[in-house]
Amino acid sequence: MIEATGIKEIIKPENLVYRKTKIMTDNILSYCPGCGHGTTHRILAEVIDEEDLQSQTIGVSPVGCSVLLYNYIDVDIQEAAHGRAPAVATAIKRLLPDKFVFTYQGDGDLAAIGTAETIHACNRGENILIIFINNGIYGMTGGQMAPTTLPGMKSSTSPYGRDVKTMGYPLKMTDIVATLPGTYYVTRQSVNTPANVKKTKKAIRKAVQYQKLDKGTCFIEIVSNCPSGWKMTPVQSNKWMEENMFPYYPLGDLKIPEK
Amino acid sequence: MAKIRGSIVVNIEKCKGCELCMVSCPTGTIAMAKEVNGKGYNYAYPANPELCIGCANCAMVCPDGVITVYKTKI
Ligand SMILES: Cc1ncc(C[n+]2csc(CCOP(=O)(O)OP(=O)(O)O)c2C)c(N)n1
Ligand code: SF4
Ligand code: SF4
Ligand code: SF4
Ligand SMILES: [Mg+2]
Repeated sequence: MIEATGIKEIIKPENLVYRKTKIMTDNILSYCPGCGHGTTHRILAEVIDEEDLQSQTIGVSPVGCSVLLYNYIDVDIQEAAHGRAPAVATAIKRLLPDKFVFTYQGDGDLAAIGTAETIHACNRGENILIIFINNGIYGMTGGQMAPTTLPGMKSSTSPYGRDVKTMGYPLKMTDIVATLPGTYYVTRQSVNTPANVKKTKKAIRKAVQYQKLDKGTCFIEIVSNCPSGWKMTPVQSNKWMEENMFPYYPLGDLKIPEK
Repeated sequence: MAKIRGSIVVNIEKCKGCELCMVSCPTGTIAMAKEVNGKGYNYAYPANPELCIGCANCAMVCPDGVITVYKTKI
Protein backbone atom coordinates (compact mmCIF):
# COMPACT_ATOMS: atom_id res chain seq x y z
CA MET A 1 0.00 0.00 0.00
CA ILE A 2 1.38 3.42 -0.93
CA GLU A 3 0.60 5.81 1.89
CA ALA A 4 0.76 9.45 2.83
CA THR A 5 1.17 9.55 6.59
CA GLY A 6 0.94 12.18 9.29
CA ILE A 7 3.16 12.19 12.37
CA LYS A 8 4.71 8.72 12.55
CA GLU A 9 5.08 8.49 16.35
CA ILE A 10 1.30 8.67 16.80
CA ILE A 11 0.63 5.80 14.39
CA LYS A 12 0.42 2.89 16.82
CA PRO A 13 -2.26 0.22 17.25
CA GLU A 14 -3.27 1.54 20.68
CA ASN A 15 -3.97 4.99 19.18
CA LEU A 16 -6.23 3.74 16.38
CA VAL A 17 -9.57 5.56 16.26
CA TYR A 18 -10.82 4.77 12.78
CA ARG A 19 -10.04 2.25 10.09
CA LYS A 20 -12.15 0.86 7.24
CA THR A 21 -14.06 -2.21 8.41
CA LYS A 22 -13.02 -5.58 6.98
CA ILE A 23 -16.65 -6.14 5.94
CA MET A 24 -15.82 -3.67 3.15
CA THR A 25 -13.68 -5.61 0.68
CA ASP A 26 -10.46 -4.13 -0.66
CA ASN A 27 -11.95 -3.82 -4.15
CA ILE A 28 -11.85 -0.31 -5.57
CA LEU A 29 -15.40 1.05 -5.66
CA SER A 30 -16.74 1.63 -9.17
CA TYR A 31 -18.37 4.88 -8.05
CA CYS A 32 -17.37 8.31 -9.29
CA PRO A 33 -15.23 10.47 -6.96
CA GLY A 34 -17.26 11.83 -4.04
CA CYS A 35 -20.37 9.70 -4.65
CA GLY A 36 -22.55 9.06 -1.58
CA HIS A 37 -23.01 5.41 -2.53
CA GLY A 38 -19.51 4.68 -1.20
CA THR A 39 -20.08 6.39 2.14
CA THR A 40 -23.42 4.64 2.58
CA HIS A 41 -21.90 1.23 1.80
CA ARG A 42 -19.17 1.90 4.33
CA ILE A 43 -21.45 2.75 7.25
CA LEU A 44 -23.82 -0.11 6.43
CA ALA A 45 -20.81 -2.44 6.52
CA GLU A 46 -19.69 -0.87 9.81
CA VAL A 47 -23.06 -1.58 11.43
CA ILE A 48 -23.00 -5.18 10.15
CA ASP A 49 -19.51 -5.51 11.63
CA GLU A 50 -20.31 -3.86 14.97
CA GLU A 51 -23.52 -5.91 15.38
CA ASP A 52 -21.59 -9.07 14.44
CA LEU A 53 -24.01 -9.90 11.62
CA GLN A 54 -21.69 -10.79 8.75
CA SER A 55 -22.81 -14.42 8.51
CA GLN A 56 -26.41 -13.48 9.33
CA THR A 57 -26.98 -10.86 6.65
CA ILE A 58 -28.53 -11.17 3.20
CA GLY A 59 -28.67 -8.03 1.08
CA VAL A 60 -30.58 -7.49 -2.13
CA SER A 61 -28.95 -5.20 -4.67
CA PRO A 62 -30.70 -3.10 -7.30
CA VAL A 63 -30.15 -2.16 -10.90
CA GLY A 64 -28.35 1.16 -10.93
CA CYS A 65 -24.85 2.30 -10.02
CA SER A 66 -24.91 0.12 -6.90
CA VAL A 67 -25.64 -3.05 -8.88
CA LEU A 68 -22.16 -4.31 -7.93
CA LEU A 69 -22.84 -4.05 -4.18
CA TYR A 70 -21.74 -7.68 -3.75
CA ASN A 71 -18.22 -6.70 -4.82
CA TYR A 72 -17.91 -4.31 -1.93
CA ILE A 73 -19.80 -5.56 1.11
CA ASP A 74 -18.63 -9.00 2.15
CA VAL A 75 -21.99 -10.56 3.00
CA ASP A 76 -24.42 -12.71 1.00
CA ILE A 77 -26.06 -10.58 -1.66
CA GLN A 78 -28.75 -11.42 -4.17
CA GLU A 79 -29.10 -9.26 -7.26
CA ALA A 80 -32.73 -8.49 -8.13
CA ALA A 81 -34.35 -7.48 -11.41
CA HIS A 82 -34.76 -3.72 -11.74
CA GLY A 83 -37.04 -2.44 -8.96
CA ARG A 84 -37.91 -5.88 -7.62
CA ALA A 85 -35.58 -5.93 -4.62
CA PRO A 86 -38.40 -5.64 -2.02
CA ALA A 87 -40.19 -8.62 -3.56
CA VAL A 88 -37.00 -10.70 -3.53
CA ALA A 89 -36.25 -9.57 0.03
CA THR A 90 -39.79 -10.57 1.04
CA ALA A 91 -39.17 -14.13 -0.07
CA ILE A 92 -35.74 -14.30 1.55
CA LYS A 93 -36.97 -12.98 4.90
CA ARG A 94 -40.02 -15.24 4.95
CA LEU A 95 -37.92 -18.32 4.22
CA LEU A 96 -35.01 -17.33 6.49
CA PRO A 97 -36.58 -15.20 9.22
CA ASP A 98 -33.46 -15.27 11.39
CA LYS A 99 -31.38 -13.43 8.80
CA PHE A 100 -30.93 -9.67 8.72
CA VAL A 101 -32.36 -8.77 5.30
CA PHE A 102 -31.97 -5.43 3.58
CA THR A 103 -32.48 -3.98 0.12
CA TYR A 104 -30.30 -1.21 -1.25
CA GLN A 105 -31.98 0.77 -4.04
CA GLY A 106 -31.64 3.96 -6.04
CA ASP A 107 -34.50 6.32 -6.82
CA GLY A 108 -34.91 5.06 -10.37
CA ASP A 109 -35.04 1.51 -9.06
CA LEU A 110 -37.27 2.14 -6.04
CA ALA A 111 -39.45 5.07 -7.14
CA ALA A 112 -39.91 4.44 -10.87
CA ILE A 113 -39.82 0.88 -12.18
CA GLY A 114 -40.15 -0.61 -8.68
CA THR A 115 -42.87 1.65 -7.24
CA ALA A 116 -45.37 -1.21 -6.94
CA GLU A 117 -42.92 -3.55 -5.18
CA THR A 118 -41.88 -0.80 -2.78
CA ILE A 119 -45.39 0.20 -1.80
CA HIS A 120 -46.73 -3.33 -1.48
CA ALA A 121 -43.79 -4.66 0.53
CA CYS A 122 -44.19 -1.70 2.90
CA ASN A 123 -47.96 -2.15 2.99
CA ARG A 124 -47.53 -5.81 3.89
CA GLY A 125 -45.17 -4.71 6.62
CA GLU A 126 -42.45 -7.09 5.51
CA ASN A 127 -39.85 -7.34 8.22
CA ILE A 128 -37.01 -5.97 6.10
CA LEU A 129 -34.88 -2.83 5.89
CA ILE A 130 -35.15 -0.79 2.69
CA ILE A 131 -32.24 1.59 2.10
CA PHE A 132 -33.18 4.16 -0.53
CA ILE A 133 -30.45 6.27 -2.15
CA ASN A 134 -32.20 9.30 -3.59
CA ASN A 135 -29.91 11.28 -5.87
CA GLY A 136 -32.76 12.63 -8.01
CA ILE A 137 -31.46 11.07 -11.20
CA TYR A 138 -30.69 7.85 -13.05
CA GLY A 139 -26.97 7.91 -12.36
CA MET A 140 -25.92 4.68 -13.99
CA THR A 141 -27.48 5.18 -17.40
CA GLY A 142 -26.29 8.73 -18.01
CA GLY A 143 -28.26 11.15 -15.87
CA GLN A 144 -31.83 10.78 -17.11
CA MET A 145 -34.73 12.35 -15.23
CA ALA A 146 -36.13 10.26 -12.38
CA PRO A 147 -39.50 10.59 -10.61
CA THR A 148 -37.48 12.30 -7.84
CA THR A 149 -35.83 14.93 -10.08
CA LEU A 150 -36.55 18.41 -8.71
CA PRO A 151 -38.77 20.93 -10.55
CA GLY A 152 -36.60 22.86 -13.00
CA MET A 153 -33.68 20.46 -12.55
CA LYS A 154 -31.79 19.66 -15.71
CA SER A 155 -31.09 16.10 -16.72
CA SER A 156 -30.23 14.45 -20.02
CA THR A 157 -33.95 13.85 -20.66
CA SER A 158 -35.09 17.22 -19.27
CA PRO A 159 -32.41 19.45 -20.82
CA TYR A 160 -34.46 22.60 -20.17
CA GLY A 161 -35.25 21.56 -16.62
CA ARG A 162 -38.11 19.42 -15.32
CA ASP A 163 -41.41 21.05 -16.31
CA VAL A 164 -43.91 19.78 -13.75
CA LYS A 165 -46.79 20.54 -16.11
CA THR A 166 -45.76 17.84 -18.52
CA MET A 167 -43.43 15.73 -16.38
CA GLY A 168 -45.21 15.71 -13.05
CA TYR A 169 -43.91 16.49 -9.59
CA PRO A 170 -41.05 14.86 -7.71
CA LEU A 171 -42.36 11.79 -5.94
CA LYS A 172 -41.80 11.69 -2.18
CA MET A 173 -41.76 7.95 -1.73
CA THR A 174 -40.65 8.17 1.87
CA ASP A 175 -43.65 10.34 2.79
CA ILE A 176 -45.93 7.90 1.01
CA VAL A 177 -44.63 4.77 2.75
CA ALA A 178 -44.73 6.54 6.12
CA THR A 179 -48.54 6.64 5.80
CA LEU A 180 -48.77 2.85 5.46
CA PRO A 181 -49.52 0.87 8.62
CA GLY A 182 -46.93 -1.76 7.66
CA THR A 183 -43.96 0.55 8.11
CA TYR A 184 -42.49 0.84 11.59
CA TYR A 185 -39.59 3.22 11.26
CA VAL A 186 -39.27 5.71 8.39
CA THR A 187 -36.53 8.30 8.27
CA ARG A 188 -34.71 10.56 5.81
CA GLN A 189 -31.00 11.12 6.27
CA SER A 190 -27.90 12.12 4.32
CA VAL A 191 -24.18 11.34 4.39
CA ASN A 192 -22.84 14.76 3.37
CA THR A 193 -21.20 15.74 6.69
CA PRO A 194 -19.51 13.84 9.54
CA ALA A 195 -22.54 14.54 11.79
CA ASN A 196 -25.01 13.28 9.18
CA VAL A 197 -22.91 10.19 8.53
CA LYS A 198 -23.16 9.38 12.25
CA LYS A 199 -26.94 9.99 12.27
CA THR A 200 -27.46 7.73 9.28
CA LYS A 201 -25.39 5.04 10.91
CA LYS A 202 -27.52 5.32 14.03
CA ALA A 203 -30.67 4.98 11.92
CA ILE A 204 -29.33 1.79 10.31
CA ARG A 205 -28.47 0.41 13.73
CA LYS A 206 -32.01 1.10 14.96
CA ALA A 207 -33.46 -0.65 11.92
CA VAL A 208 -31.33 -3.72 12.68
CA GLN A 209 -32.74 -3.84 16.22
CA TYR A 210 -36.34 -3.39 15.03
CA GLN A 211 -35.93 -6.20 12.52
CA LYS A 212 -34.71 -8.51 15.30
CA LEU A 213 -37.92 -7.66 17.17
CA ASP A 214 -40.04 -8.43 14.07
CA LYS A 215 -41.52 -4.95 13.94
CA GLY A 216 -42.19 -4.61 10.21
CA THR A 217 -40.69 -2.55 7.44
CA CYS A 218 -37.96 -0.04 8.20
CA PHE A 219 -37.33 2.50 5.47
CA ILE A 220 -34.28 4.78 5.38
CA GLU A 221 -34.02 7.34 2.61
CA ILE A 222 -30.57 8.80 2.11
CA VAL A 223 -30.62 12.02 0.12
CA SER A 224 -27.43 11.70 -1.88
CA ASN A 225 -25.37 13.35 -4.58
CA CYS A 226 -24.55 12.36 -8.13
CA PRO A 227 -21.64 14.62 -9.09
CA SER A 228 -21.38 13.06 -12.55
CA GLY A 229 -25.08 13.18 -13.39
CA TRP A 230 -25.43 16.66 -11.96
CA LYS A 231 -22.25 17.75 -13.76
CA MET A 232 -20.62 19.22 -10.67
CA THR A 233 -17.54 18.61 -8.57
CA PRO A 234 -18.20 16.49 -5.46
CA VAL A 235 -17.89 19.54 -3.17
CA GLN A 236 -20.25 21.58 -5.40
CA SER A 237 -22.70 18.68 -5.55
CA ASN A 238 -22.97 18.49 -1.76
CA LYS A 239 -23.58 22.22 -1.57
CA TRP A 240 -26.20 22.03 -4.33
CA MET A 241 -27.84 19.13 -2.53
CA GLU A 242 -28.03 21.08 0.73
CA GLU A 243 -29.50 24.12 -0.99
CA ASN A 244 -31.91 22.39 -3.38
CA MET A 245 -32.60 18.80 -2.35
CA PHE A 246 -32.92 19.30 1.41
CA PRO A 247 -35.74 21.89 1.21
CA TYR A 248 -37.79 19.49 -0.92
CA TYR A 249 -36.68 16.34 0.91
CA PRO A 250 -36.18 17.56 4.49
CA LEU A 251 -34.01 15.39 6.70
CA GLY A 252 -35.43 13.80 9.83
CA ASP A 253 -37.72 11.06 11.08
CA LEU A 254 -41.09 10.65 9.35
CA LYS A 255 -42.31 7.80 11.53
CA ILE A 256 -40.88 6.57 14.80
CA PRO A 257 -42.09 3.76 17.02
CA GLU A 258 -44.84 4.66 19.48
CA LYS A 259 -43.72 4.46 23.05
CA MET B 1 -2.37 20.40 30.13
CA ALA B 2 -2.54 17.33 27.92
CA LYS B 3 -2.86 18.07 24.25
CA ILE B 4 -4.76 15.91 21.78
CA ARG B 5 -2.70 15.00 18.75
CA GLY B 6 -3.84 13.03 15.74
CA SER B 7 -2.34 11.44 12.69
CA ILE B 8 -3.90 10.11 9.50
CA VAL B 9 -2.79 7.57 6.96
CA VAL B 10 -4.11 7.99 3.41
CA ASN B 11 -4.09 4.99 1.08
CA ILE B 12 -2.97 7.07 -1.88
CA GLU B 13 -3.72 4.59 -4.64
CA LYS B 14 -7.39 4.24 -3.59
CA CYS B 15 -7.99 7.98 -3.22
CA LYS B 16 -10.17 9.53 -5.93
CA GLY B 17 -9.28 13.11 -5.17
CA CYS B 18 -12.86 14.15 -4.38
CA GLU B 19 -11.74 16.72 -1.77
CA LEU B 20 -14.60 15.89 0.62
CA CYS B 21 -12.13 15.06 3.40
CA MET B 22 -10.27 18.31 2.86
CA VAL B 23 -13.40 20.47 3.25
CA SER B 24 -14.55 18.48 6.31
CA CYS B 25 -11.28 18.85 8.19
CA PRO B 26 -11.68 21.47 10.93
CA THR B 27 -7.95 22.12 11.25
CA GLY B 28 -6.72 22.45 7.67
CA THR B 29 -4.52 19.38 7.98
CA ILE B 30 -5.38 17.98 4.56
CA ALA B 31 -4.48 19.28 1.11
CA MET B 32 -4.55 17.76 -2.35
CA ALA B 33 -1.22 16.65 -3.78
CA LYS B 34 0.14 18.28 -6.92
CA GLU B 35 1.21 14.78 -8.01
CA VAL B 36 -1.34 12.24 -9.20
CA ASN B 37 -1.78 8.59 -8.26
CA GLY B 38 -1.92 5.65 -10.66
CA LYS B 39 -5.50 6.52 -11.60
CA GLY B 40 -4.62 10.13 -12.35
CA TYR B 41 -6.22 11.65 -9.26
CA ASN B 42 -4.61 14.38 -7.17
CA TYR B 43 -4.73 12.47 -3.91
CA ALA B 44 -5.34 13.83 -0.41
CA TYR B 45 -2.45 13.97 2.03
CA PRO B 46 -1.73 15.50 5.46
CA ALA B 47 -0.02 18.68 4.29
CA ASN B 48 0.03 20.12 7.82
CA PRO B 49 0.33 16.97 9.96
CA GLU B 50 1.06 18.88 13.18
CA LEU B 51 -2.46 20.40 13.06
CA CYS B 52 -4.33 17.07 13.13
CA ILE B 53 -6.47 16.41 16.22
CA GLY B 54 -7.59 12.90 15.25
CA CYS B 55 -11.29 13.84 15.08
CA ALA B 56 -11.88 11.41 12.17
CA ASN B 57 -14.15 13.83 10.31
CA CYS B 58 -12.14 13.15 7.16
CA ALA B 59 -12.56 9.39 7.48
CA MET B 60 -16.32 9.76 8.18
CA VAL B 61 -17.00 11.46 4.84
CA CYS B 62 -14.51 9.58 2.66
CA PRO B 63 -16.64 7.58 0.22
CA ASP B 64 -13.77 5.25 -0.57
CA GLY B 65 -12.68 4.32 2.96
CA VAL B 66 -9.19 5.52 2.24
CA ILE B 67 -8.28 7.19 5.54
CA THR B 68 -7.12 5.59 8.81
CA VAL B 69 -7.01 7.81 11.90
CA TYR B 70 -4.92 7.68 15.07
CA LYS B 71 -5.18 9.84 18.16
CA THR B 72 -3.25 10.28 21.39
CA LYS B 73 -2.77 12.65 24.33
CA ILE B 74 0.66 14.16 24.81
C1 LIG C 1 -35.93 -3.45 -17.01
C2 LIG C 1 -34.88 -2.40 -17.14
N1 LIG C 1 -35.25 -1.14 -17.54
C3 LIG C 1 -34.31 -0.17 -17.64
C4 LIG C 1 -33.01 -0.43 -17.37
C5 LIG C 1 -31.97 0.69 -17.49
N2 LIG C 1 -31.56 1.19 -16.22
C6 LIG C 1 -30.46 0.74 -15.61
S1 LIG C 1 -30.13 1.52 -14.17
C7 LIG C 1 -31.48 2.51 -14.36
C8 LIG C 1 -31.83 3.57 -13.36
C9 LIG C 1 -30.84 3.73 -12.27
O1 LIG C 1 -31.14 4.85 -11.48
P1 LIG C 1 -31.22 4.78 -9.92
O2 LIG C 1 -32.05 3.63 -9.49
O3 LIG C 1 -31.64 6.10 -9.46
O4 LIG C 1 -29.72 4.42 -9.47
P2 LIG C 1 -28.42 5.34 -9.47
O5 LIG C 1 -27.60 4.84 -10.61
O6 LIG C 1 -28.83 6.76 -9.61
O7 LIG C 1 -27.82 5.05 -8.15
C10 LIG C 1 -32.17 2.21 -15.54
C11 LIG C 1 -33.37 2.92 -15.98
C12 LIG C 1 -32.67 -1.74 -16.96
N3 LIG C 1 -31.42 -2.08 -16.66
N4 LIG C 1 -33.63 -2.69 -16.86
S1 SF4 D 1 -23.10 8.23 -11.84
FE1 SF4 D 1 -23.74 9.35 -10.02
S2 SF4 D 1 -24.66 7.80 -8.63
FE2 SF4 D 1 -23.44 6.73 -10.18
S3 SF4 D 1 -21.43 6.43 -9.26
FE3 SF4 D 1 -21.32 8.31 -10.47
S4 SF4 D 1 -21.83 9.94 -9.04
FE4 SF4 D 1 -22.49 8.02 -8.08
S1 SF4 E 1 -8.58 13.50 11.82
FE1 SF4 E 1 -9.68 15.48 11.94
S2 SF4 E 1 -8.04 16.99 12.14
FE2 SF4 E 1 -7.04 15.10 11.45
S3 SF4 E 1 -6.99 15.29 9.22
FE3 SF4 E 1 -8.87 14.19 9.71
S4 SF4 E 1 -10.44 15.78 9.84
FE4 SF4 E 1 -8.45 16.82 9.94
S1 SF4 F 1 -12.43 11.86 0.80
FE1 SF4 F 1 -11.28 9.99 0.43
S2 SF4 F 1 -11.29 9.72 -1.78
FE2 SF4 F 1 -11.92 11.82 -1.38
S3 SF4 F 1 -10.02 13.01 -1.51
FE3 SF4 F 1 -10.28 12.46 0.64
S4 SF4 F 1 -9.17 10.53 0.89
FE4 SF4 F 1 -9.42 10.86 -1.29
MG1 LIG G 1 -30.52 7.64 -8.71
